[in-house]
Amino acid sequence: MSDTAAGLLQIGLLVALLAAVYRPLGGYMARVYTSEKDTRVERGTYRLLGVDSKADQTWAVYARSIIAFSAVSMILLYLLQRLQSHLPLSLGLPNVEQGLAFNTAASFVANTNWQSYSPEQTMGHLVQFAGLAVQNFLSAAVGITVAIALIRGFSRSKTDRLGNFWVDLTRSVVRILLPIAVVGGLVLVAMGVVQNLSGGHEVATVVGQSQTLPGGPVASQEVIKELGTNGGGFYNANSAHPFENPNGLSNLFEIFLMLVIPVALTRTFGLMVKDKRQGYAILGVMATLWTAFTFAATLFEVNGAGTATRAAGAAMEGKETRFGEWASALFTTTTTGTSTGAVNAAHDSYTPLGGGTALFHMMLGEVTPGGVGAGLYGMLVLAVLAVFVAGLMVGRTPEYLKKKITAREMKLVSLYILTTPSLILIGSAVAMGLETARASIFNTGSPHGFSEVLYAFTSAGNNNGSAFGGLSANVPFYNTALGLVMLLSRFLPIVLVLALAGSFARQQPVPVNEGTLPTHKALFVTMLVGVVVIVTGLTYFPALTLGPLAEGL
Amino acid sequence: MASRFPATFRQLGVATRALAVFTIGLGVIYPLAMTGAAQALFNDNANGSIVQVHGKDVASDLIGQAYTKQAVKDGKPEVDADGAPVMVADPLWFQTRPSAVDYDAMGSAASQYGPNNADLLAAVQERRKAVADLEGVDPSQVPPDAVTASGSGLDPQISPAYAALQVSRVARERGLEVTMVKQLVKDNTQGRTFGFLGEPRVNVVTLNDDLAALK
Repeated sequence: MSDTAAGLLQIGLLVALLAAVYRPLGGYMARVYTSEKDTRVERGTYRLLGVDSKADQTWAVYARSIIAFSAVSMILLYLLQRLQSHLPLSLGLPNVEQGLAFNTAASFVANTNWQSYSPEQTMGHLVQFAGLAVQNFLSAAVGITVAIALIRGFSRSKTDRLGNFWVDLTRSVVRILLPIAVVGGLVLVAMGVVQNLSGGHEVATVVGQSQTLPGGPVASQEVIKELGTNGGGFYNANSAHPFENPNGLSNLFEIFLMLVIPVALTRTFGLMVKDKRQGYAILGVMATLWTAFTFAATLFEVNGAGTATRAAGAAMEGKETRFGEWASALFTTTTTGTSTGAVNAAHDSYTPLGGGTALFHMMLGEVTPGGVGAGLYGMLVLAVLAVFVAGLMVGRTPEYLKKKITAREMKLVSLYILTTPSLILIGSAVAMGLETARASIFNTGSPHGFSEVLYAFTSAGNNNGSAFGGLSANVPFYNTALGLVMLLSRFLPIVLVLALAGSFARQQPVPVNEGTLPTHKALFVTMLVGVVVIVTGLTYFPALTLGPLAEGL
Repeated sequence: MASRFPATFRQLGVATRALAVFTIGLGVIYPLAMTGAAQALFNDNANGSIVQVHGKDVASDLIGQAYTKQAVKDGKPEVDADGAPVMVADPLWFQTRPSAVDYDAMGSAASQYGPNNADLLAAVQERRKAVADLEGVDPSQVPPDAVTASGSGLDPQISPAYAALQVSRVARERGLEVTMVKQLVKDNTQGRTFGFLGEPRVNVVTLNDDLAALK
């Protein structure tokens, strides 16, 4: 079979698998967040937490709960790293240094999983499974709760209540993330991923050398790393490491795990706003863009531009034999479109425009289909913007899902849309202005060096976590700057989205009339695709011309 | 305003208790239960798919190794400027791909060279010449995976084209029939799963272990 035919079949199977679980999982999640009943485990949890599961919160209390929870999470994760050498299963590794511990704590709590460190040489098993992996569950759950709160903003009216964060959090973990992780983790072990507590196994090779093989509870972390769109590798090579991703089948399964919740949440959205077509429209926008980026990335990699790439005969630097170009490009598009940031190949070594496609895909704001929850709320904010733009064109008060978009809502949307690009562009500019920060660039003397810096801030600002790995990021400047960018770009938008949800929930629904813009039809899908590309394109175009476009054109 | 402070503290208290509960459930019970289940159900996989030759652990069939020996110069083992041994390909064995970490399994990494990096270009050209010399073929016949470092630095596999290139040299060095070596390569070749997932590849680690087991 030709590479092209195999590559297309692989994409076809992925789409078929997602289509098969779309309705059942989307429907199940809608029931999870609308059910009045608590399970026994949940009732026990609420008793321990001291919360009344029937007491709904205002948007402000919901937001404060998230901030409080994320703050204590950060403190614990920081302390676990700082005290590592005194804890069991540290594998003899020292305490993590302050700047790195701050960066890593911020990174995992903000669902980014940017890693300035090499895990094999930095994090013992306990910090990984009792610290980092716990945040892989919890930061993902936080993302989903915010999306659900925004959906309730549309589906409820004349109320100031959006639900109870502690209930939504617990249900996200107990009913969705954990069951899938248990099954998916064992599937990964069956495919060859390791799951043990060994600190290393020494073997004597057939040529008389010695090699130490790493151990670790990898599968249990790998599964939630993909499912929760986190992306932090158990090992430095991430999903390129054969113990994390041993073959073509595990590779496709991991890609599926990254996409399954963000995709199915559009169904949940449609069901909860009682108009399934609205969910299909949002999914249509996400799928259109994801498909375009997948084929662009594949095309650029197969074409194999670059002097060194041409000399090698194919874009195989930084890629694994078992994946080749198609399965690597598919993974790359998915990881950059879901804010996961796991990698099965070295993005820094991609062709100029192939790597540029990954960079631009993150710049869209992680909405294609985006991180768990974050992708949906990000796209819904853009949908509100699209409706507003359409309203301006015809001179009507814009409405989305029967809620009026007034000055207050547009202020919140504007702030949301400005937050991340400001952080990315100002951060990149500051870094390029500082000699110490420029010194971290690995591929010097070409536009590729600037791409490394721009990629780092784009990844942090969109809570992605993948990297042009040549950049030496474990230095005080990047640990501090990227840590702050990750926190601000995660939690400012969350507060704005919750405020928006609160604002919509208070409104009385306006009746649909012939002047209402239908937001479930192809016209609106096209418009929203246009808004996503134009808003981000105009914002980042100057920066892209200095990096990947200068190198690739 | 005054009433807000107790409310915030209340959320902090709930947050702390929630984190404790979830850390025990997701950070202790979940990983340990998964480890137990994986060890019971898929013991070999869970422990790294270890390969044995003559009853001794020699490799994981998922993790690549270097099949090298110390170079000899003027009749003496060669060392570099820092006194570290200079390693060259051992012609008795099939060769894995170049690695950014010399197959140190405790430090997986890629080279991170950009596509236009001059150092990478030089390395590719140098590797192409070295492989062509070792195999006694024209440089244009050397496939891409033979001159590029993998994403993990631990890739155990090579393309069928690169394996085919090495067959006659390994047979000659070992005094084996070419057909026999070809058969071993075939035994260690994997196609795409279901015909379309992943790439066709030859596992050098298990192939070399098969060669070692012959003796």
